[in-house]
Amino acid sequence: MKVGLFIPCYVDQFYPNAAIATLQLLEKFGVEVTYPLSQTCCGQPMANSGYEHLTKGCNELFIKNFESFDYIVAPSGSCVLHVREHLHDAANEEAATVLRHKVYELTSFLTDILQVKELNARFPHRVGMHQSCHGQRGLKLSQMSELVAEPFSKPGSLLKMVKDLDLIELGRTDECCGFGGTFCVTEEAVSAKMGKDRVADHLHHGAEYITGVDMSCLMHMEGILKRAGSKVKVIHIAEILNAE
Amino acid sequence: MHESTKDHAALAALFNKDEERVNWHDETLWWIRQKRDKNVHQLPEWEALREAASQIKFNVLSNLHDYLLQFEKNATANGVQVHWAADAKEHNEIVHRLLQEHKVDRMVKSKSMLTEECGLNEYLAEQGVEVIDSDLGERIVQLAKEPPSHIVLPCIHKKKEEIGDLFHQYLGTPANVADPQFLTEAARQHLRDVFLTRRAALTGVNFAVAETGEFVVCTNEGNADMGAHLADVHIASMGIEKLIPERKHLGIFLRLLTRSATGQPITTYSSHFKKPRKETPIHIILVDNGRSVQLGRKEFRNSLKCIRCGACMNTCPVYRRSGGHSYHTAVAGPIGSILAPNLDMKKYKDLPFASTLCGSCSNVCPVKIDIHDQLYKWRQELVKEGYTPAAKTISMKLMAQTLSSPTLYNAAGKSGRFVLKHVPFLVNNKLNPWYKEREMPEAPKESFREWYKRRDA
Repeated sequence: MKVGLFIPCYVDQFYPNAAIATLQLLEKFGVEVTYPLSQTCCGQPMANSGYEHLTKGCNELFIKNFESFDYIVAPSGSCVLHVREHLHDAANEEAATVLRHKVYELTSFLTDILQVKELNARFPHRVGMHQSCHGQRGLKLSQMSELVAEPFSKPGSLLKMVKDLDLIELGRTDECCGFGGTFCVTEEAVSAKMGKDRVADHLHHGAEYITGVDMSCLMHMEGILKRAGSKVKVIHIAEILNAE
Repeated sequence: MHESTKDHAALAALFNKDEERVNWHDETLWWIRQKRDKNVHQLPEWEALREAASQIKFNVLSNLHDYLLQFEKNATANGVQVHWAADAKEHNEIVHRLLQEHKVDRMVKSKSMLTEECGLNEYLAEQGVEVIDSDLGERIVQLAKEPPSHIVLPCIHKKKEEIGDLFHQYLGTPANVADPQFLTEAARQHLRDVFLTRRAALTGVNFAVAETGEFVVCTNEGNADMGAHLADVHIASMGIEKLIPERKHLGIFLRLLTRSATGQPITTYSSHFKKPRKETPIHIILVDNGRSVQLGRKEFRNSLKCIRCGACMNTCPVYRRSGGHSYHTAVAGPIGSILAPNLDMKKYKDLPFASTLCGSCSNVCPVKIDIHDQLYKWRQELVKEGYTPAAKTISMKLMAQTLSSPTLYNAAGKSGRFVLKHVPFLVNNKLNPWYKEREMPEAPKESFREWYKRRDA
């Protein structure tokens, strides 16, 4: 199985460990992983700002980079959701449609495609799981508290396979952290307040680490934690699942 | 209507100056969201009810013309007088004319967000007509000379002590009394006098049944009934999207409405108005005010399914932390942010951006409006229509150009330079709003790309 590794631009630059863990984790399961060096960005920062019409070049490049793989996997729910919902190419719509269906967020790729049932991972810490909205409500990685439906969690089921990991309960299971892309600067006051409140919930329940499928939400909460001088750390779920 | 030159972000920043108050506002509304959750989880058929309601409303919107005429025919046959208003101005003029015909210059009004949308109270005040709002929350904000901050809970932004002060000033209650039961009793006595002396009553409409020509008004206080039953004339104002095809459909909508709104199984009063009593006419005004334009916007027409429950506000993490007034429109919150730009794109260009697109609103919506998707689509629309600042457009174009070309992206040797300079939330500069309350992420020695190249070498 050939997998194209899609690493969001800010993860490449600021959180290489999340990307390395993703690659190593996939390789542990015998997947042949390639990181196409010509990749840039999925185009979401433009699209969410109202400039989806400017993402043509990004879309064409994305198709060119990832067309040849069986699957495309990224350690991000948000970027994957953007590709799933908005990757189009008028000149090559068939390829775009195929790609929209074979792009996966890491944890759902592990549970749904690789059907992972056990992990050789250990992480002896108290961990709070942040449900990133695009992964949860967009990709339906976990059941949503608003709906009257059976609970499940793809990332949660993987965390349960990690030895000695103590997954904490939260007061609000799936409230947004307030990052929201450019929202975090255009609506600075509300965004920062949402981040503070989300972090406080984890701290109140004794988290040593806050994890999640999206580094962008974690980056936001990390900024809040560091400003407050907290020792609590954020860590991408791939790094926990890859921890030995 | 609330006039303001500040946008949502600026008004929200003002609201956030008092963090304790933000916490209180957030927790109050979250409590209502929890009540809603507890209540809806008792109905295994909840999701099926939402789907049914959504499809019934889809049918209504697809056949609105026919249902409106059917409703008019049946209502007229029942003896109700039907009026058509193309916009807010016509609506207000019709109300004024009806009041003049009945020689009335004082009116009692139960809750109607449509009349807020139309600015009816202000218009009638200019014509010398006094309007008293009889919904307790609305009466409170009316005394405070403020617009409602929430469509179901108009004074949810006010603490009980502030209400005590208002009642002391206007209703003569003792100073510094904030006991809710005492204050409510004072309001009852005050409103009782209003009900007994007003000869005209205006109510909103929650549902109008095309099949029977009747309409249903839902209140918890019985204030719509008190007004309508004691007055000589009853005027009901409704948006043209309030129709449902048949009476039996109420069994779905009434179960959804209040569970979604406040976490109650049903409103205390769900009053059906069908035939006027002798010599006490009922007038119903069917108001368009931009609705048929919205109906013509294919991507936004579903917003007209809204039954005004306010669940999207209670769940919205942004609404809870910015307050209803920060939306500077009659209907605040996520639903208001997709309705308002239809009425005035320039004035409300900020609202579709007052969201993280978290999607919780769409999940609680009892008629399954794709609210967060419509927020995204309004952003595209506003950019296309030129309502975004030129500087933003220039930087977006530059970003698009660079991200489309690996050569340009990697031109500086380290692609990170581009990310650092241009991705808005990472601009490495202490003037960046990010930095006000958050530390910047630290760039590691080696990017993933560099690590990968080294590993493969």
